[in-house]
Amino acid sequence: MNELIKSIQVSIWFMFLTFPIMVIRVNAIEKSVIWRWENLALVGVGSFVLSFVWRWALRRKEAGDAAAASGGQEAGRLSALLENPALRLPIQVVLLAVFCTIPWFVTTYQTNILISFLLYVVLGLGLNVIVGVAGLLFLGHAAFYAIGAYSYALLNQYFGLGFWVALPIGGLVAALAGVALAFPVLRLRGDYLAIVTLGFGEIVRLLLENFSDITGGPSGISNIPRPGLLDMQLSVAGANIYIYYIVLALALVTIVAVTRLKDSRIGRALQALREDEIACEAMGIDRVGVKLMAFGLGTAWAGFAGVVFAAKTTFINPASFTFFESAIILSIVVLGGMGSNLGVILGSAFLVLLPEYMRAFSEYRMILFATAMVLMMVFRPQGLIPEKRKTYTVSDPELNAATGGQN
Amino acid sequence: MDWQYFTELFLGGLTRGSIYALIAIGYTMVYGIIELINFAHGEVYMLGAFMGLIVAGVLGILGFPAPAILVIAAVVAIIYCAGYGYTMEKIAYKPLRGAGRLSPLISAIGMSLFLQNYIILAQTSDFLPFPRLIPDFDFLEPVAHVFGSSDFVIVVTSALFMAGLTVFIKYTKMGKAMRATAQNRKMAMLLGVDSDKVISITFILGSSLAALGGVLIASHVGMVNFAIGFLAGIKAFTAAVLGGIGSIPGAMLGGLFLGLSESFATGYISSDYEDVFAFTLLVVFLIFRPSGIMGKAKVEKV
Amino acid sequence: MEPVLDVTAVSMNFGGLRALNDVELKVNSGEIVALIGPNGAGKTTFFNCITSIYTPTEGEVWFTPKQGVRTKVNGMKPNLVTALGMARTFQNIRLFKNMSVLENVMIARHCRTTSGILGALLRSPAVRREEKEIVDRSYELLKYIGLHKFYNEQACNLPYGAQRRLEIARALATDPALLLLDEPAAGMNPQETESLKHLVLKIRDEMDMAILLIEHDMSMVMSLSERIYVMEYGCLIAHGTPAEVSSDPRVIKAYLGEEAHA
Repeated sequence: MNELIKSIQVSIWFMFLTFPIMVIRVNAIEKSVIWRWENLALVGVGSFVLSFVWRWALRRKEAGDAAAASGGQEAGRLSALLENPALRLPIQVVLLAVFCTIPWFVTTYQTNILISFLLYVVLGLGLNVIVGVAGLLFLGHAAFYAIGAYSYALLNQYFGLGFWVALPIGGLVAALAGVALAFPVLRLRGDYLAIVTLGFGEIVRLLLENFSDITGGPSGISNIPRPGLLDMQLSVAGANIYIYYIVLALALVTIVAVTRLKDSRIGRALQALREDEIACEAMGIDRVGVKLMAFGLGTAWAGFAGVVFAAKTTFINPASFTFFESAIILSIVVLGGMGSNLGVILGSAFLVLLPEYMRAFSEYRMILFATAMVLMMVFRPQGLIPEKRKTYTVSDPELNAATGGQN
Repeated sequence: MDWQYFTELFLGGLTRGSIYALIAIGYTMVYGIIELINFAHGEVYMLGAFMGLIVAGVLGILGFPAPAILVIAAVVAIIYCAGYGYTMEKIAYKPLRGAGRLSPLISAIGMSLFLQNYIILAQTSDFLPFPRLIPDFDFLEPVAHVFGSSDFVIVVTSALFMAGLTVFIKYTKMGKAMRATAQNRKMAMLLGVDSDKVISITFILGSSLAALGGVLIASHVGMVNFAIGFLAGIKAFTAAVLGGIGSIPGAMLGGLFLGLSESFATGYISSDYEDVFAFTLLVVFLIFRPSGIMGKAKVEKV
Repeated sequence: MEPVLDVTAVSMNFGGLRALNDVELKVNSGEIVALIGPNGAGKTTFFNCITSIYTPTEGEVWFTPKQGVRTKVNGMKPNLVTALGMARTFQNIRLFKNMSVLENVMIARHCRTTSGILGALLRSPAVRREEKEIVDRSYELLKYIGLHKFYNEQACNLPYGAQRRLEIARALATDPALLLLDEPAAGMNPQETESLKHLVLKIRDEMDMAILLIEHDMSMVMSLSERIYVMEYGCLIAHGTPAEVSSDPRVIKAYLGEEAHA
């Protein structure tokens, strides 16, 4: 009964709150008002039901916290399935086979979607190195994506460099820009760092817009060549498939590279930085060097992705690299699970593929992802696939004897 | 030196600065109490402008006189935005108390995107014209070309509300509780301060001022769009940082400082780089003087 | 023989506050030295000055590593001081909480290993060998300290006393010549304190290390240390063997006072 009253209160509150925005629509020119009462009913019913769910979820979370505190650990079923060592190799092989053959069975349009999915995988994994592994909240990733894209576009326009030459240069330039950004922000942490990187991202975009003599200003650069294959003249569809394979290769390289990096000496130093900067320094890790590495290693991938993006669309302008783009990449990392590479891949799949294949859904894409960002932080801050901690196996006969061979 | 031009820029900067200050207060109050950059605060300002637009639209069709519309629109916008601020805190931030500093910030970014898309879906993503609601004042006639009636209303109203807020914080019991909570939340709670209530009031007050800013600027500029909150929010945050985040008088001064320096920079250097200038100021201050113009540096305890 | 640590007239100001005033201290090799004093006397600040987390306002900190050259460490970056051979634990435990016990120790091997980004990406045999060495050495240290059973546990799930021991293991992994322990027995029960005492002695004897510790547990300080320095209000007020210090009237007044007369 109590619950019912609470939900009715919530429902009334939300109907009141959303009334002007949801119900009234003024047409100032025709001087008419459209009243959309059906929306009010929708909000009322929706918030009534959701308030039950909300309270249930909160209670469950509190119970979960208590359980975790007393030593119990919840193992994600999805992640358990995906990380089952027996299934792991077959799943990887099947996925690889599917991704290698799929462009021959689908339309150019769908290949395009897959390309953008893979680009987001690369961008997300790069950002994950900075945000997830090193724990530096970074809101300017799109700027480095832009730096990569403009590197190729400008190098091509002014010096006639081709795609394959520009690809490493774009990555390098983005990495260097990342390191250059990292220098002044070394002392900052947490939320201040986030805002400075956001500011930096916007500055890059605004500069691209304002240096119109070089960058073409808001209208951008067009006629960027697609990569050529052995001097062959590819059709648009063919070029698209070719780019698909390039992105696929890039994504695979990225996956392998960031996974190896995470499990290495450098990766451990990055994680230590996330956990405690002062202890990190006291254990002999060069905080400055590691931070610079984190930025460089993260932004380099954005640079690579940018070059490919420019080659794919053949046209770029600053509007593609707003804060909005950074927020999308961040939400991929957050939804997937900070620090978890598998999570980031799934996150990009959700963000790019679902809305494309569920048309009805696409209009609501951003609002759903915004909601998911909030809900994730409230109920599941570790993301869809929580970061998997590397477990080491040590062969120690004494230990096995001591614990009765349980390990 | 061209004094005429200088005065023009100065007055323009004053108007801008008043609005920045109104929004900055919300950032600074929330940061002072729960150390959160309420990223969605700029969106509350945008919501305020939209509320004003809707109320003005309805009342305009009903034939109300312009000044009455302005007052009613401002009041309605303040009430509603206070409600939004309150609700936002309950949903997106309250469950995250004690969850580190990154989670609430990400949640706030989510909230900001949510509110923008809420407006896109429920209203429109186009620019909407905002009616002219402020009448011409006769006594401003001689200076109207540099300091119109809407500038006058903005500066005066902002000053009045900020003075009111200062009095509230300084002399009321709630104001005292807020200052105590900002100093040390745990201690304040032990002494019987209801910190949940204090936080709610903080969000309500901050959101109200942002809503007021939204209505005022919309009637000044004559345009409203779902995206106006982002830039205004960042700039107001810059103002809060300039004044030393956490300090209310600092936010007011920071707002004026940013408004004036932006105005002079665009007037004397180049208007192309208006936003670059604000962002650069933000970045430079956060890096070299994160405690603001007047603040003191904090030493971290090891 | 050079002392391992030689601190000359170190002072530290925070704004107008003088947290340390002309503190002089020496630690010889193979020695266990204790630094005691009431809360707020500036002991942890002193540690932070030695390990270069703070740069002292005045004075010098000289450190002589094993088979090394006497080096002035104040003003150096903290990680370089650690690399020289000085390792510390923290009063308020600063483990890498969300990482495993083994990883905590592995991280401390960072300054004794070299593989970089390229190595991580290519995983050459040399890199893999180094990685295995890191794991083996870290596990060995865990075993030494008695935490090897928990090596795959998350550090924050360890009991309090074990977390303090893990901090010691982590410090040892940097191969120090001087180990700085900041209240290692704080929050431990008598049995844990007793075993900690043995551990400290064992480390000194077997690993040939000088140890400087801050501690409030008097029985531990008196039985472990060869020499004791006493601080109050940022100044050194006494120094000598445990017997000398415990009979010094100033110390009794400042620190042991109430207890001694109670």
